[in-house]
Amino acid sequence: MNPFRPPSLSLRFIPVWRRNFLVWRKLAIPSILGNLADPMIYMLGFGYGLGSLLPEVGGLPYITFIAAGAVCFSTMNAATFEALYSAFARMQVQKTWDAILNAPLALDDVLLAELVWAAAKAALSGAAILAVAAALGLVASPLALWVLPLVFLAGLTFAALGLVVTALAPSYDFFMYYFTLFITPMALLSGVFFPVEQLPAALRAVSAVLPLSHAVQVARPLFSGEVPQAAALHIVVLAGYAVAAFWLALGLARRRLLK
Amino acid sequence: METLSVAGLRKSYGDTAVLQGLTFELRPGECYGLLGPNGAGKTTTLRCALGLTAPDAGTIRLAGLPVPERAREARLRVGIVPQMDNLDPDFTVAENLLVYGRYFGLDDAAVRARIPQLLEFAGLAGRAEVKINTLSGGMKRRLTLARALVNDPDLLFLDEPTTGLDPQARHLIWERLKQLLQQGKTVLLTTHFMDEAERLCHRLAIMDRGRFIAEGSPREVIAAHIEPEVVEVYGEPGGAPAGPPQGGAANDLEQAQPANDRHPLSREGGRGDGRPVSAAEWARAEAAQYATRVEITGETAFCYLTESRPLLRHLADRHGLRYLHRPANLEDVFLKLTGRDLRD
Repeated sequence: MNPFRPPSLSLRFIPVWRRNFLVWRKLAIPSILGNLADPMIYMLGFGYGLGSLLPEVGGLPYITFIAAGAVCFSTMNAATFEALYSAFARMQVQKTWDAILNAPLALDDVLLAELVWAAAKAALSGAAILAVAAALGLVASPLALWVLPLVFLAGLTFAALGLVVTALAPSYDFFMYYFTLFITPMALLSGVFFPVEQLPAALRAVSAVLPLSHAVQVARPLFSGEVPQAAALHIVVLAGYAVAAFWLALGLARRRLLK
Repeated sequence: METLSVAGLRKSYGDTAVLQGLTFELRPGECYGLLGPNGAGKTTTLRCALGLTAPDAGTIRLAGLPVPERAREARLRVGIVPQMDNLDPDFTVAENLLVYGRYFGLDDAAVRARIPQLLEFAGLAGRAEVKINTLSGGMKRRLTLARALVNDPDLLFLDEPTTGLDPQARHLIWERLKQLLQQGKTVLLTTHFMDEAERLCHRLAIMDRGRFIAEGSPREVIAAHIEPEVVEVYGEPGGAPAGPPQGGAANDLEQAQPANDRHPLSREGGRGDGRPVSAAEWARAEAAQYATRVEITGETAFCYLTESRPLLRHLADRHGLRYLHRPANLEDVFLKLTGRDLRD
């Protein structure tokens, strides 16, 4: 059977999702703190520190500018870490996936559970930053609540991309390549910390295809109480990345584990 | 009740043929053993049977369904004890069973009701709330067995269930497997412990390099492939007298006592000079006249024979050689058929 045949999706993923949730519940507090500390430091440190030196960035006070970026950045990081390190531990180290595959579940169910689980964790992380931003008065209107479905979608996108890397990884060390070659450059080129317009044309072209850029371009107007322009395009790009990457990750995982 | 039937199973990885046309069927209620050295294809056979590996050729039916096409549904009726423990380390004993039951679509109340009974069976009563990493290796194996029973399967697959366990833990697993067989469950067992296979299996197959090289009940396999008795002969360092020191016990199947526990070093060694006697040298020169077949490995000579008395009489007079006389067993068949070379 062709390992890259289409995914067969069903609700059978739910018991696997609940397994991850039960583990998380036992470790929830350190996990939430870990997910939040990093983006919060970026947001508050840069926002107030650097922001006090800058009159305005992209037409906004810098702290407001970076808050929308930090929500997306935090979502990306949380989804990526879960889909890389935690999923790899379950696949390779603990052999949790092997145990599940001995039950009447398919690898499709396992991968879908990992995808939705990582996206849920990422959405929680994004939502927490949104709550902090709202508490600091950085959110203009309830329109910003639309950020919640956005971060779930972005979570699916980055989780799917991460699962591709996990399905290829020989060991944890491999993940460094993904961070240094993809995640970190993307964070700098996607308008999280400064407007993309500041970049030279060649880098702007790169930026235009990065999934994080599309997430930021929807989130920032929502923070300012505006309806984002071309929202449908951004959503389709994020969803397209999610579907293509999930399909690829499942194919690679089938090739690796069901050989 | 349909169990597992496999016909013409083939699988290759690159140029390596791992399975070369296996055909076998489990009878309901029996324990069927797959025996073979490392790399013989036992685990690949199990993976194919469960639909986790697609064979290159052959047909498989598991619990009445074609595999791999409907393997996922077929696994509803199967319990699996994998070679490596893969319990969830973050969970307690009870949570491991509860979460695993959910994978079968069982609701929490139904699994919770079964947990005390499963833990009792696994000898883990009272440990429901214990963390996995505090369990011994034997307890983890037993919990894995309990987990495999969470869906009350008709068919159990066990991949080397007692590897790495101490004798007490192995015996407990064997007892539990016998109980499960009495309840009417069908068991497919892989092992490379021949005593385990002889004890548990109604029928077994010895496989090597992806082929069955013998199949039948343990007795049938032994009778078909090997002489009924074995005398193992070892050199005695220092050349002490050989044979049972009490003498005259040559007919009994008993172990010769190391003679130098009781006697001072004899001056009348094999060559009459007290030098060590080589069992290999002796075997090359003299064993053939007493035994049907002789295998020499290092300093041990294995003499396979149907009539042992002449050899035992000869050894009783030979100083400097020790021996062990015993009935032939499955391990002898296994080593004869698969060779004595290491399979790493």
